[in-house]
Amino acid sequence: MDALGAIFASLYQFGDAFAFLVLSACGLAIIFGMMGVINLAHGEFIMCGAYVTVMANRAGLPLPVAVLAGAVVAGAIGVLVERLVIRHLYARPLDTIVATWGISLIATQGTLIVLGSTMTGVGTPLGSFELAGNSYSTYRLVLMGSAVAVLVLLYLFFNKTRFGVLARATIQVPHMAEALGVDTRLIYAMTFGIGAGLAGLTGGLYAPTMTMVPTMGTTFIMEAFVTVVVGGADVFLGTAPAAAALAIVKASLTSWYGQLFGQIGLLIAVILVIRLLPRGVSGFLLRERA
Amino acid sequence: MRREVILTTRDLKAGYGGKPVLQGVDFTVRHGEIVAVIGRNGVGKSTLMKALIGLLPTNSGSILFNDAPIEALPASKRARLGIGYVPQGRDVFPRMTVEENLKVGVQIRGTAGPEDFERIYTAFPILKERRTQRAGTLSGGQQQQLAIGRVMISSPALVLLDEPSEGIQPSIVQDISRTIRAMNEATGVTIVFVEQNLDMIRATAQRCYVMDKGRIVAEIAAHDLDDRDAVRRYLAV
Ligand SMILES: Nc1ncnc2c1ncn2[C@@H]1O[C@H](COP(=O)(O)OP(=O)(O)OP(=O)(O)O)[C@@H](O)[C@H]1O
Ligand SMILES: [Mg+2]
Repeated sequence: MDALGAIFASLYQFGDAFAFLVLSACGLAIIFGMMGVINLAHGEFIMCGAYVTVMANRAGLPLPVAVLAGAVVAGAIGVLVERLVIRHLYARPLDTIVATWGISLIATQGTLIVLGSTMTGVGTPLGSFELAGNSYSTYRLVLMGSAVAVLVLLYLFFNKTRFGVLARATIQVPHMAEALGVDTRLIYAMTFGIGAGLAGLTGGLYAPTMTMVPTMGTTFIMEAFVTVVVGGADVFLGTAPAAAALAIVKASLTSWYGQLFGQIGLLIAVILVIRLLPRGVSGFLLRERA
Repeated sequence: MRREVILTTRDLKAGYGGKPVLQGVDFTVRHGEIVAVIGRNGVGKSTLMKALIGLLPTNSGSILFNDAPIEALPASKRARLGIGYVPQGRDVFPRMTVEENLKVGVQIRGTAGPEDFERIYTAFPILKERRTQRAGTLSGGQQQQLAIGRVMISSPALVLLDEPSEGIQPSIVQDISRTIRAMNEATGVTIVFVEQNLDMIRATAQRCYVMDKGRIVAEIAAHDLDDRDAVRRYLAV
């Protein structure tokens, strides 16, 4: 029983780290992988999702609905940002970095001014359970399930739906998709919206576990960027395996040496990957297949 | 029978950045015709195709498709009007399967049934065999067939083909030529294709425009296409 308890504890830690990495990164990975845009406002879309979730929940919506509301609002703002700003900068990738950074600053400062430096959150639901003398948060299991569900749904969405097929075509050879009648502007706006919406979903899912401050997005940023850099441009071949590998690094270092070493481990992993696989895990896998 | 005009350009000018390439192209194609465009390397044949489909903006002049000006429309709108484009180099979607490539082609039509795919698979049986394979792993000839199938599946009125025989082994070139003619006879689809391979032109086209330095400089009638020397003379302009 002790051995089983230890195995469960490790799996739980791994699952927790994996969920955090996947959920932090997926929105960023879609926008970067599909559009080549490095979205420095990613953390603020997460923050937006968290704030909307908390406000909706406190206004009386059940938490799951409130989380979806957070995702939808963040996604809608994403579409708006693409239409108003990003669209004009596709030919200038460096400018999109500066522009999204600017949006990030405006969002954080704006939230600070309008809503104050902190907001009452909602408590973590579902309580905890005990196993072999250890206590675990049940809600963390929901987060793990959500991470897996997000990966599965994204896979089905991009491979089985009409929009998904057109989006992949647009990403692979944009001018050819255009010449075949695909409205590529719409595809880009929707893809950016989906990435922002996923960030919002992440914010909503983690809102009950966090302190609500305007800069809360930064909590996710390091993990998000590390996962995307290690994973490379493909969400399925990159983000998922990268998150799994990094979760092992992070979970084991954290349980042996504490949080700080978990973070340091991630940074060392990313440096190694950049040296060995400059195009990330998915770049490596795709080259192997071609 | 004198058929109606499907495509006309008037003094069409286009180029890259500040560099003019098309210096005033005038030509006309009628419904149901198969017309070739021939010319030496770098005279602007591909540039003309890109300007016609809308991947390159028109600097001046006009393009009339079924008598309506289309030069200001984006490529996706022109495709939706019924113009298909097969670029030089094919540009299949490399990391999508053969079937997914065809799906992108048929989406203009809104609804598509299995019979649309079957029509293309009958014309190009190799595509059916390879339908779950990634397009990037196909040979050049297979990619060319996929690129043609990908536009034909939406039943366009006009198809622009840029050097369909380039880098493809002769037996497959003959297949492609035969299929183009068969599709033209079956559906009346109009074909404009750029080509340097005289055998391919003779086997496929009814008429041929000669291009030089960004202009159409001559037209060769179908019966003259059988006269190798006449064609060579034009190419030496
Ligand atoms: N993307 C581009 N940017 C700048 N110049 C270009 C570009 N593409 C082609 N050109 C130039 O425009 C001119 C016409 O090129 P185009 O590709 O239309 O020729 P072509 O007749 O199709 O030649 P080929 O038989 O080799 O395919 C050439 O001088 C070429 O160098
Ligand atoms: Mg060319």
